[in-house]
Amino acid sequence: MTAPNPNDLLDVDPLMMDVLLDHYKHPHNFGALPGADIVHAEGNPSCGDQMEIALKTKDGTIEDIRFQGKGCIISQAAASILTDMMKGERLDRVRELTKDDMLENIGIPIGPMRLKCALLALKVLKAGVYGQAEWPGEEDD
Amino acid sequence: MSESLLRTVPAEGFDVARVRMDFPILQRRIHDHPLVYLDNAATTQRPLQMVEAMNRYYLEYNANIHRAIHTLGYESTVAYEEAHKKVARFINARSWREILFVRNATEALNLVAMTWGKANLRAGDEVVVSLMEHHSNIVPWQMLRDSLGIILKFIPVTSDGVLDLEAADRLITPKTKLVGLVHASNVLGAINPVSEIRDLARRAGALFVLDGAQSVPHMAVDVQALDCDFFAASGHKMLGPTGIGFLYGKKSLLQTMPPFLTGGDMIATVSQEASTWNELPWKFEAGTSAVAEGIGLGAAVDYLTTLGMDNIYQYEKELGDYALQRLRNVSGLKLYGHERGESLAVFSFNLEGIHPHDGANALDRFGIAVRSGHHCAQPLMNRLGMDNTLRASFYLYNTKAEVDLLVDALGEIKKLFRA
Ligand SMILES: Cc1ncc(COP(=O)(O)O)c(C=O)c1O
Repeated sequence: MTAPNPNDLLDVDPLMMDVLLDHYKHPHNFGALPGADIVHAEGNPSCGDQMEIALKTKDGTIEDIRFQGKGCIISQAAASILTDMMKGERLDRVRELTKDDMLENIGIPIGPMRLKCALLALKVLKAGVYGQAEWPGEEDD
Repeated sequence: MSESLLRTVPAEGFDVARVRMDFPILQRRIHDHPLVYLDNAATTQRPLQMVEAMNRYYLEYNANIHRAIHTLGYESTVAYEEAHKKVARFINARSWREILFVRNATEALNLVAMTWGKANLRAGDEVVVSLMEHHSNIVPWQMLRDSLGIILKFIPVTSDGVLDLEAADRLITPKTKLVGLVHASNVLGAINPVSEIRDLARRAGALFVLDGAQSVPHMAVDVQALDCDFFAASGHKMLGPTGIGFLYGKKSLLQTMPPFLTGGDMIATVSQEASTWNELPWKFEAGTSAVAEGIGLGAAVDYLTTLGMDNIYQYEKELGDYALQRLRNVSGLKLYGHERGESLAVFSFNLEGIHPHDGANALDRFGIAVRSGHHCAQPLMNRLGMDNTLRASFYLYNTKAEVDLLVDALGEIKKLFRA
């Protein structure tokens, strides 16, 4: 009677799992960013994980972006992927990015128990650039 | 009567195979593996006997209690009262009127803070709890700190995960009006030295409140021997239903305390000007009670009593010792606590290179249910330098074979995550 569990990380395509594991083990854009002009950190209250994202911008462009913190595979891989996506982009892209963009780029189905993990990096980025009010929350209304 | 009603509780001694037959859920398979349920500190599974007792109430004598004069009302009232009496005998209260049914341990502790606390604490009075508390024995006191200006202090925990009794001796002073303590930790399993802390509370003239949510399911509890003023517990952590728990309180205190919630059933008389309170325990049970759940809790207590709490404790101790020895030999596993003093079979640990969320996710693939997170005890977690952990918590239906399955699965997931 076991129903498919959408929160199940290991129920995904093993190739995708390998990609995510690589991001987790060897995260891109990881570490402190000296000279950053935007630095923001937030926690995921459901598990206590903290994440910080730092940006260096010039003329409305993200010249460099890094993150640091601890977390599960999903949250760390998401941050690694998101920072890859944003490096070199216009800062305005941060406002345009949607939750769906983030989930799509993670590339595996994300269940409700994992949503907060998957969206933590996006939340930290948006709140860092535009303030808390710009974050609509993880859940649908 | 249906055939299932003839089912008796297990025979004497402790026969785990026989016990497991009473828990149909243990037959489930999860991801093609037998379910290994190790999340008992969160909530336990329920035996047929408990579920059937609730069914019998609903199917055979369902009625509101107290008010009805008809037969069903009489039967339900007697059964609900009897459930209080079962709990009273179970923890050796002097009188069943000292047992208040509430929703859970959280509500029990809030009741103490919001009734006794509000009526008796003044700005500058001190409340001392331990750093090992569940949030439910911290936040209600923080609320009083903010509203009344009381001072909240914490008994520290040593780096090896036990209470710092020397610090407790210094912290508990004549200014202390109440001392709250978790009897057994839901994170470390540590069974706290109740009599030492109680004596410090008595010396200061303070009340002594025990949070027994994790202790009473696993060991014999005698509130008279413990000499606590209040004792809080949840039914769902001791084979009973959700939505029911109890607060034991010494009668002399309960009599002088103001009521908690007010309205129906808890009054003796109501006029436009004022009301007088009903006798104990009803003074504290406003509105229609969780009758089925109360009766279910009584049946859970019957089940535990028949097995014998000392037998259960012994069985779990042996199981816990075995688990401890096996977990200690898993490479890359960091276990918290279990270094000094007595502990229950509750193990919080981390696997090197694997986030607890991912670990719990992977264990589920092997049919193993464990918890990951901060376990509603963030001050303790911070003290011991843990962000979050995996937690395996055992109960009377778990076996050594299940310990082996857990340890094997831990080895497998390390491979999976290339840890
Ligand atoms: C030690 C302790 N106290 C209190 C509670 C609160 O129990 P409940 O959520 O049933 O109110 C728990 C539950 O996790 C606990 O472990």
